[in-house]
Amino acid sequence: MTAKHDLAPPGAAPGPTAGRPPRRSSRRSRALGTAGARLAFLGPGLGYLFVLLLVPLALVLSYTVFRRGRFGGVVYEATSENFTRLFDPLYFHIVLGSIKIAALTTLVALLLGYPTAYAIARLPRKWKTIALVAVVLPFWTNFLIRVYAWVIMLSGPGLVNEALTGIGIIDKPLELLYNQGTIVTGLLYSYLPLMILPLYAAIERLDPQLGEASANLGARPARTFLSVTLPLTMPGILTGCVFVFVPSLGNFVIPEILGGGRSIMVGNLIRDQFLKARDYPFGSALALAVIAVLIVLLFLQAWASRVYGGTEGRRG
Amino acid sequence: MSRIRYTRRLPAAALAAGLALALAACGGSSTTSADGAAPSAAADQLNPNADLKKQSLNITIWDGYSPKDLPERVKQNPKLGFDVKVAIHDTNEMAMAKLTAGGDSGIDVAFVSGQYAQALNEQGLLEPLHPELIPNLANLYPEASQLSFDKGNKFSVPYTWGTTGICYRTDLVKTPPQSWNDILSPPADLRGKVTMMTTERWLALPALKALGFSINTTDDQQLAQAKDLLLKAKKTLLAYDDTTFGDKLDKGEAAMVEAWDGWCPTTNPKIKFAVPKEGSDLWSDTMVIMKTSKNKEAAHAFINFILDPAVHSWVAENILYKVPNKAAMDLVAKNNADLIAKNTPLQMNPAELLQGESIVDLGEASTKYTRLAQEIAANQ
Repeated sequence: MTAKHDLAPPGAAPGPTAGRPPRRSSRRSRALGTAGARLAFLGPGLGYLFVLLLVPLALVLSYTVFRRGRFGGVVYEATSENFTRLFDPLYFHIVLGSIKIAALTTLVALLLGYPTAYAIARLPRKWKTIALVAVVLPFWTNFLIRVYAWVIMLSGPGLVNEALTGIGIIDKPLELLYNQGTIVTGLLYSYLPLMILPLYAAIERLDPQLGEASANLGARPARTFLSVTLPLTMPGILTGCVFVFVPSLGNFVIPEILGGGRSIMVGNLIRDQFLKARDYPFGSALALAVIAVLIVLLFLQAWASRVYGGTEGRRG
Repeated sequence: MSRIRYTRRLPAAALAAGLALALAACGGSSTTSADGAAPSAAADQLNPNADLKKQSLNITIWDGYSPKDLPERVKQNPKLGFDVKVAIHDTNEMAMAKLTAGGDSGIDVAFVSGQYAQALNEQGLLEPLHPELIPNLANLYPEASQLSFDKGNKFSVPYTWGTTGICYRTDLVKTPPQSWNDILSPPADLRGKVTMMTTERWLALPALKALGFSINTTDDQQLAQAKDLLLKAKKTLLAYDDTTFGDKLDKGEAAMVEAWDGWCPTTNPKIKFAVPKEGSDLWSDTMVIMKTSKNKEAAHAFINFILDPAVHSWVAENILYKVPNKAAMDLVAKNNADLIAKNTPLQMNPAELLQGESIVDLGEASTKYTRLAQEIAANQ
């Protein structure tokens, strides 16, 4: 995603070719120099992406058409059964369930994140920085430790239950852990910053005079929000939604630790194909299916961002 | 033993590394025989007087499953004196991925569970053992050669063995559990205080044993019955847990858990371990020598060194797993009687252990267990 922006068309790069056309001879040598410079700048990044993203991806793609070896590994006999298995009700059900959990997480993240981002964007400069640091602060601690911390808080003899029984609100510990609600809570907690940051960027950039103009023209705050603020921050909303939805869909740690293994998400399913069932071809087919869903989603996001382009035209 | 399972290392790195192999294999004929029944080929001629100092070993083992200073001890041993490089695998499946990728894995000695050793042997990947190069085999209990995946230790030497049972808090359960049904349908006061394992064969074990079936069954009817029982049990479970059940029990989050004997924290005086009356499994982690090894004399000498009571007893003393080595267990009993007194699972004798059913590799039918586990996980 970000890679797409990083690899902006070469014309957009502020190079020596921009500006007035220089004399012919020097232009020629400069053009060559530019090509060399481009290669030098893009080379390492492209090489990295090629070796660590495209090659493994091609491998995953090629595995999908072969058979599982009896003891794992891949038998190179062509088959389409990995794809037909995707439509087995069992797996279809798991993928659908994962999409539901990820979508719910995204929705709640948006509802919580938007007011937060809005408030941060309207803070005085000094407090703004502090608030933003506070938002990303959790990322400085290891992800697993933070997830386990939830277990300590929510378990039967955990902090929340101790506190509630201590002050006499309940007399028996509540079952707070190991259900789908805990999974959504955990995902939300982990990925909320990824919603807040792009929203903040979009709201920050919004010209406050637009709101004033809308008010001067007689719109109530709700109307201003719906007709001005919301459409103009739509690219930020879409970016935030993709940032939260994508890792939520693929997560397999939270369903295992906070879900107590009682639910299975597509991330677990794929992981299990590789590490437990030793079925690389089917695991690859599943991974491909998820990638396909995500690509469709990214196209939708790009398209919608263009439609709502507004002040952010070039962000695409 | 630590089995850290939550890292995301596999896809990118392993696949990228496997590219060359995969492409090479694309063109050539497949090395995986469909029936996989081919027994190991004839043994190599090994030289008992080979200069071991000129050899070196790569081994693959679970993290923390052998003494940290093992390579130094081998290097400094005047009879051995070769280099040992230790690679780590988190699960049997990861070890299998390494060992069956095709070609020479570079591994000389692998530590894998018995049923995986069996699968490797059926694929013709293991060197038949040369018992004359492992005199310390005499230290093993006679029962150690009766394991059904490899009777007579033809291609594997057991490193540890044990069973699966119920680990429970004496202060939280009213009557000590005696049957797998106690876990599958716990009394009302223990609902939501029980965990079961999630790894497929152990997930199915309590139900299969409670129904009186073999834990190696591939009969669809029997598996369907087990599935019904497991789905009912899911409603009364706290969680599925393979790694932190001991911790949950210790904290009182759970009162009763399905557990491997060595993982039941019986050092806590309120925690006890019981093998249900319907019986259980007999698992064993083994040492095997890869056919592709170019250091087979050193590999045999290494296994022989492990079987030395002074080395092998480390496992019982530090990981609290029983070792099938009589001399080593006797040494623990002599030096560390207290440890055995405190940890009841260490007191099980080989005859008791051998009543458990060995888990064997089921080949293609193993996918039935995978599916069973997924169906249970997906059911809400």
